[in-house]
Amino acid sequence: MATMINVPLYRLAHSRAGDKGDRSNISVIAWRPEFFPTLVEQVTPEAVRAHFAHRRPGTIARFVLPKLHAMNLVIDDVLDGGVNQALNLDSHGKSLSFWLLDMSIAVPTDLLPLLAGESE
Amino acid sequence: MNKLLIGAASAFSGDRQDAAGPVVDSLVASGEPAALIYETLAERTLALAQLERRRDPNAGYDPWLVDIVGPVLKKCLENRITIIGNFGAANPRGAALRLRALASELGIGVPRIAIIEGDDVSGPNHRAALRQGLGAALDEGSIVSANVYQGGDSIADAIKAGAQIVVAGRVSDPALTVGPLLAHFDWKRDDWMRRGKAVMVGHLLECGCQATGGYFADPGYKEVPDIANLGYPIAEVDESGDCVITKPTGTGGLVVPAVVKEQLLYELDDPSAYVTPDAVADITQCTLESVGADRVAMRDVRGTAWPSHLKVLVCHEGGWLAEAEISYAGPRAELRARLAADIVRNRIGSKLKMRVDLIGAMSILADDAGELLAGTAPGGGRDIRLRVSAAHEDRRAADQLNREVMSLYTCGPAGGGGVRTSLKPRLSTTACYLPREMFPTRFEMLD
Repeated sequence: MATMINVPLYRLAHSRAGDKGDRSNISVIAWRPEFFPTLVEQVTPEAVRAHFAHRRPGTIARFVLPKLHAMNLVIDDVLDGGVNQALNLDSHGKSLSFWLLDMSIAVPTDLLPLLAGESE
Repeated sequence: MNKLLIGAASAFSGDRQDAAGPVVDSLVASGEPAALIYETLAERTLALAQLERRRDPNAGYDPWLVDIVGPVLKKCLENRITIIGNFGAANPRGAALRLRALASELGIGVPRIAIIEGDDVSGPNHRAALRQGLGAALDEGSIVSANVYQGGDSIADAIKAGAQIVVAGRVSDPALTVGPLLAHFDWKRDDWMRRGKAVMVGHLLECGCQATGGYFADPGYKEVPDIANLGYPIAEVDESGDCVITKPTGTGGLVVPAVVKEQLLYELDDPSAYVTPDAVADITQCTLESVGADRVAMRDVRGTAWPSHLKVLVCHEGGWLAEAEISYAGPRAELRARLAADIVRNRIGSKLKMRVDLIGAMSILADDAGELLAGTAPGGGRDIRLRVSAAHEDRRAADQLNREVMSLYTCGPAGGGGVRTSLKPRLSTTACYLPREMFPTRFEMLD
């Protein structure tokens, strides 16, 4: 079994967040096709729920797009009521993509040379 | 091969005024048939425009109209580039008249301008329909605006009737692209596959630079060349509905699959069913491939029949939002900022539901209820800006928050400075879906 090492998600993927009402959609796009299976395995609705626990998410739907090596996460009730009601400065939740990208992902060490950026 | 080039020169009201110039130059240089679109209507923009129109019956269209269209109007008309925009906002006729006057000021002659009708349902004729759709959520006394998201067919009809400029109010953002494509290729109106493809072309264009390197940069990870001078996107669409996304030569930004993927998925829900008035698009089989420098081909988008119901967005007056800030610096700055927040909370009591941000320590990642902040031990922040915010139906009640922060100058912890307060009216939006037959749309050519 390959040795695993934990790295932040941003070394495997990039992301953009959008909103509709109190629903946030956050894309997760693999930097390389080789990373995609790891994302599918670990960026699960359950893992995303744990990562966003402090925002008390409702339903989390995940749509996997193998041809684009991407997935779309649709997270309900995470925007404090959305742009109508939220008191948050970022009432659209635009910044949430980078919160997601900070999630820890375990990757086999043989993928390390392929990761974006450098070890910190 | 027969193509239509569509350039996008705006993604919201107030977007860059020098956006259109390089796009139009590029369209002209291509020698291909072309259109230029302006998207200027976010959800709330139209309600704000409606308020403007109440104040001045001649206003209510995009306040930047002349600034964004003026620089390219002559060149577009001379080169048969059709201009399509939702810059009509709450007053498409007003915008059309202003554009006609602008053409005259520029010595261009009288362009043929079409106005798209059928989106504004704020009047008494549609009140019963709104009641049907929204039930108790409709507060008839506080309606600011009510609009149906229309599709692109009337835009296409207007272009086929010879319009050089098409002024719309509320249409779905992709409709600005679907309209000229339907007109140019003369697709059958129930060619759902091509309409679905057209919708996603429109989706890529509607946020302007978000398809060409805007909202993408992340130093060390995602570098964007000449980022201060981003080129706005151009879609080269062929008869099948497939397209290549590119940007004007000599501009900054980049068009690569990573950029286009972010925009493709932006504000999407289920990627197999992107529901718009023109078609339901499906991107599950879609591919994005680099086919040259700053050129990405989008293929294999699919489409199915348009929805039976259209989205109706109603904007109500939504009370008042108060926001106030004060800064603390140096030793124990975070402790003093937290103490200041406690003072304000104590003084406000239960009169307002208040949010606390410690900018520099914990702000936008936290929750409105303040659970994360309360559960986090004070850190050693030495440059902290306290922000408190609250909303209330009553202006004076909301303003109380600002007065309490002002009083921190003399009654709060030591060393607080730089108070800023803001009190703004809020708008709240409610949507419903009603049968499309209830909301016919048509164009009218300005005399």
